[in-house]
Amino acid sequence: MPRVSVEVDGVKYDDDVEPRLLLAHYLRDRLGKVGTPIGCDTSNCGACTVLLDGMSVKSCSVLAVQADGKDVTTIEGLGDGQTLHPLQRAFHEEHALQCGYCTPGMIIAALDLIRENADPSDEEIREGLEGNLCRCTGYQNIVRAVRRAADDMRGPADTTSAPEEATR
Amino acid sequence: MTAAPEIGSARLRSEDARLITGQTNWTDNIQLPGLLHVAFLRSPVAHGRITRIDAEPARGRPGVIAVFTGADFADEQGSLPTAWQVTEDMVLPDHPPVAVEEVRYVGEPVAVVVARDRYLAADALEAIDVDYETLPPVLDMDEAIKEGADLVHADKGTNKSYEWVFAAGDIDAAFRDAPVVIERRYVQQRLIPAAMEPRAVVCSVVGDEYTLWSSTQIPHVLRLMLATVTGIPEHRLRVIAPDVGGGFGSKLQVYGEEVACLLLAKRLGRPVKWTESRSEGNASVHHGRDQIQRLSLAAEADGRIRGLKVDLLADMGAYLMLITPGIPLLGAFMFNGIYKMDAYHFTCSGIFTNKTPTDAYRGAGRPEATFAIERLMDELASELSLDPLEVRRRNWITHEEFPYDTIAGLTYDSGNYEAATEKAHRLFEYDKLRAEQADRRERGDPVQLGIGISTFTEMCGLAPSRVLGSLAFGAGGWEHASVRMLPSGKVEVVTGSSAHGQGHETAWAQIAADRLGVPFEDVRVLHGDTSISPKGMDTYGSRSLAVGGVALYNACEKVIDKARRMAAHMLEADEQDIEFANGTFSVRGVPDQVRTVQEVSLATFLAHDLPEGFEPSLDSDATHDPANFSFPHGTHLCAAEVDTETGFVKLRSYVAVDDIGKVVNPLIVEGQVHGGLAQGIAQALYEEAVYDADGNLTTTTMADYLLPAATDLPTFTTDRTETPATTNPLGVKGVGEAGTIASTPAVVNAIVDALRPYGVADVPMPCTPERVWRACRAGGAQEAGRAGGPEHSPRPGAGGGLGSAGGEA
Amino acid sequence: MIPGAFDYVRPSSLEGALTALRAAGDDGKVIAGGQSLLPLLRLRLAYPEILVDLGSVPELSGVRDEGSSLLVGAMTTHYDVLRDPLIHQHAPLVAAATATVADPAVRHRGTFGGSLAHADPAGDLPAVALAMDAVFVTSSREIPASEFFSDYLTSALEPDEVLLGVRLPKSYAGWGFHYEKFHRTAQAWAIVGVACLVQRSNGEISAARIGLTNMGSTPIRASAVEQAVTGGAANREAFRAAAESAAEGTSPPSDLHGSAEYRRHLVTVLTARALSKAASV
Repeated sequence: MPRVSVEVDGVKYDDDVEPRLLLAHYLRDRLGKVGTPIGCDTSNCGACTVLLDGMSVKSCSVLAVQADGKDVTTIEGLGDGQTLHPLQRAFHEEHALQCGYCTPGMIIAALDLIRENADPSDEEIREGLEGNLCRCTGYQNIVRAVRRAADDMRGPADTTSAPEEATR
Repeated sequence: MTAAPEIGSARLRSEDARLITGQTNWTDNIQLPGLLHVAFLRSPVAHGRITRIDAEPARGRPGVIAVFTGADFADEQGSLPTAWQVTEDMVLPDHPPVAVEEVRYVGEPVAVVVARDRYLAADALEAIDVDYETLPPVLDMDEAIKEGADLVHADKGTNKSYEWVFAAGDIDAAFRDAPVVIERRYVQQRLIPAAMEPRAVVCSVVGDEYTLWSSTQIPHVLRLMLATVTGIPEHRLRVIAPDVGGGFGSKLQVYGEEVACLLLAKRLGRPVKWTESRSEGNASVHHGRDQIQRLSLAAEADGRIRGLKVDLLADMGAYLMLITPGIPLLGAFMFNGIYKMDAYHFTCSGIFTNKTPTDAYRGAGRPEATFAIERLMDELASELSLDPLEVRRRNWITHEEFPYDTIAGLTYDSGNYEAATEKAHRLFEYDKLRAEQADRRERGDPVQLGIGISTFTEMCGLAPSRVLGSLAFGAGGWEHASVRMLPSGKVEVVTGSSAHGQGHETAWAQIAADRLGVPFEDVRVLHGDTSISPKGMDTYGSRSLAVGGVALYNACEKVIDKARRMAAHMLEADEQDIEFANGTFSVRGVPDQVRTVQEVSLATFLAHDLPEGFEPSLDSDATHDPANFSFPHGTHLCAAEVDTETGFVKLRSYVAVDDIGKVVNPLIVEGQVHGGLAQGIAQALYEEAVYDADGNLTTTTMADYLLPAATDLPTFTTDRTETPATTNPLGVKGVGEAGTIASTPAVVNAIVDALRPYGVADVPMPCTPERVWRACRAGGAQEAGRAGGPEHSPRPGAGGGLGSAGGEA
Repeated sequence: MIPGAFDYVRPSSLEGALTALRAAGDDGKVIAGGQSLLPLLRLRLAYPEILVDLGSVPELSGVRDEGSSLLVGAMTTHYDVLRDPLIHQHAPLVAAATATVADPAVRHRGTFGGSLAHADPAGDLPAVALAMDAVFVTSSREIPASEFFSDYLTSALEPDEVLLGVRLPKSYAGWGFHYEKFHRTAQAWAIVGVACLVQRSNGEISAARIGLTNMGSTPIRASAVEQAVTGGAANREAFRAAAESAAEGTSPPSDLHGSAEYRRHLVTVLTARALSKAASV
């Protein structure tokens, strides 16, 4: 069995894994990192999205062996345990989740989106999240939350973008 | 101190804390010592007899603990329950959780593997060898009811499970010499609920005590039904619904996999876990909708409705599940919508096919009814060359007419259709869009603009038990709540509602905080575990607030009544002189003589000095049985841009003005409306469970069954009017399904409206680009006097004037 | 779902990869980004015995300037293609089509070579490669795009042959370009796609290259349209007239999302639109 060395949310792991073990199952079943759920077989839903070396990937479509030597960030690695990450806070404050199953992947995908584009328009947010499905919210509050988080993450000096989805 | 009222406040949800940090307790997260993993082998044929199963090779695979076939379970697995005997002679076939002799849909379980981990369990499935003698599949409802049709259940001699009829008024008189008759056939396509969390079940056994965790909407109902099916005594079975990732009706079910996991834990004496994959779930989670509607509407020349005839074929799928036969009947009382009419006749036949069983999906019966009447109102408007809003105005119940006894036998307690419509009209900029539409028509723009209207109502707050009894439903419609006053002044609320994304932990705490006058943060809401919440009827049908919320309200009132007596004792005053406001008891006229509810709670706990005969507890229970349904309503307006060259539909704007009565939490309400809209729009445009000619489901993955992503949906404009329900003390109605019920006809009406100049009177759902394009072509052909093909033909009729009086044969 | 068992090697050199593939014979399968392969494995629609992961072969990643052409390493991710200045300068059509591939997370893993070698006629890049006359550089030979896509999900690659990179001629730099993708939802595959390059001079189209997505079992050139527009006026009417022949020589599939008849119609509309956008008229 191949051996993998992975850092997940700041903790190093060395494990022997079956080659076919999906990264998502490695996280969930081997490491107990169950904050990242699985929602489909075809990489459509995005519920299992994590950062791999800082870039969003769908952990159900990456083999654990392919993560060897890499760094994984899951929803459990955001924030510092005491305070919420601005995205987590914005999802809460904008009511951007209901059942919450898509939320870990959605937040990670949004983090990647903001890394690419610190001041995204609503349309850019919708496009940036097109790999993540939500069945509860109709996405409107998610868009609002991501915009708010992006504003927060840029800091007060740069919050000039006009609210585009003002309607409630 | 007067706190801002909790009811009506946009509280941020308390449940979010675990959901945004990855600390959620999904069923698949649960780990137990010695946990084994379960996988189901499923039928690859739509209809067949199992002639041989060889499970031996699978039993020898590494890590495999056991393999069972349906035959191995035959003596103890029972038959999956149906709680709704809609007619006395309803055909109710046996439904073994794991098929024994015959399979009747692709995806039906035929064997089960238990292994050390999920990978080994999946591998072992491939080592089970099953021979099927294939039988002809029944896939088409019209064919299924013909004489000599192949049968889904040969021993039953028919594919018709039941025929259910409702009649009111003189329908023949209504249609006799009617100046206008509109006849249409609409198809409600089959849908897959697709909650984001796939199903999962964990079951453990210790001695003769069973605990079953399931991703279910109905832990209480499930416990009773599992006990009934398996013979495990109800009091030895605890059912837990941990965090549940959405349901939309799909987890309002007693599934074979739940029964099987219970039996496996019993046989093996070890805990087992099963987690569904999406592609397995698409074929085996119950589906929704799937009706053929034949509709006739008779009207006066001025557009006033005389009568409505509804003839439904409803696809049950291969078996009747928990409330399968009743789903279309939940619509029976809603086809009249918000309108007045003299006569109504409804017939529904439940038909078996070799497809996945159907059952509740968000709206359950009411979206189908609302679609039918709201599409017909647009057709009537077109027939009479009236604005579709005007036709509605001429027919709807006016606000001074409430309470109103409808032709379908319901009493609508309240409503104000004028107010909601006026607001929506203004927000939508209706007249401006009509002007743009005229301009595009004038210019022959290849992208046409359509405006779709849906002035809907629905019945929720399921349900008055006596009504359910009269419909032969197998249970009551009450809900239970308890309030526990802890010595430290904190409060625990136990509810029989079972949230799976709705936000009850927040809204229920708001109700309790409001009634008891305690801080919101001091209330904790417990639910979803039959040991913690022993009584309940669970969450579906937009019932939680209108029934469970009212139960909680009543329980709080009982707490206050008890505390009032204790407070009087403490204040040495007469109970009649005690006033209660904002968490404080005071003596009338002596404002400085007060005791807080927390002080009263502690004194009661200490019990050192109680009134004569006073039981030392303020804790209270209430079980609320609603006197009537509640009737949310609203006006939804949709603007769609339709590319006539490609058939692509883009929603430009969507305005939803809903009247759901009093609102506990506007934030949660807004979220429910948004999500409901997304699902209703998706029925109109994207989703369809498709079977091929052999009965194989071809939309097993999310790559084939298209769910809208963020880019596929517009930004919604939502607003409210507030006409309180008069049948409950909170004045609430329910909101979970409103958006879904209203939006589907709004979207299709918009598409058809855009294409009226092309002679189009209908586009079948989902309105795919190809279907829209074909409708444009066939519509043109219609005008030229040629009929379209059966698959894509819009029904002729609305060709202007009163020419279609008498309708089609 | 869960893939069947397989062995796995991740060689650190091309030679190592070739050795592994030769040893595996027909039972081996190259995994690049895995974004098409993993869903197939999970649905158990593919059962390779050994996966040869090219992820650690350094020379397969990146975009190289070769003078008159670019060589896009097979393992260059879509994400890196989209950020590469050489691509934007010399092959902007590739960037335009790549931006429509799947979603950001998939584009982080999925590779340029992998999605071409997968040879899915519904994929967005094969039509682009065909339109551009790309050359597929493999471990043993060079294959022109016109010979690379042999059938549905089948390329000309032999089991022990590795795609090293794809050579994109710079000759189309400065041409008008557009990729017109038509799908039902953001996540759905293209019902039809049109990759279009046009060269304009004096208000006329002096040359055009058009590749079609999902109009047959392989990507297809719309040669009749190319001929019809060449030498003609660069206006919408002319494009619409020329695009009438866009379905010529195609054999589109009928599936859940569209019938062959619809696709034959759609391709005429989309080709006209792609020409207009490419020519900016």
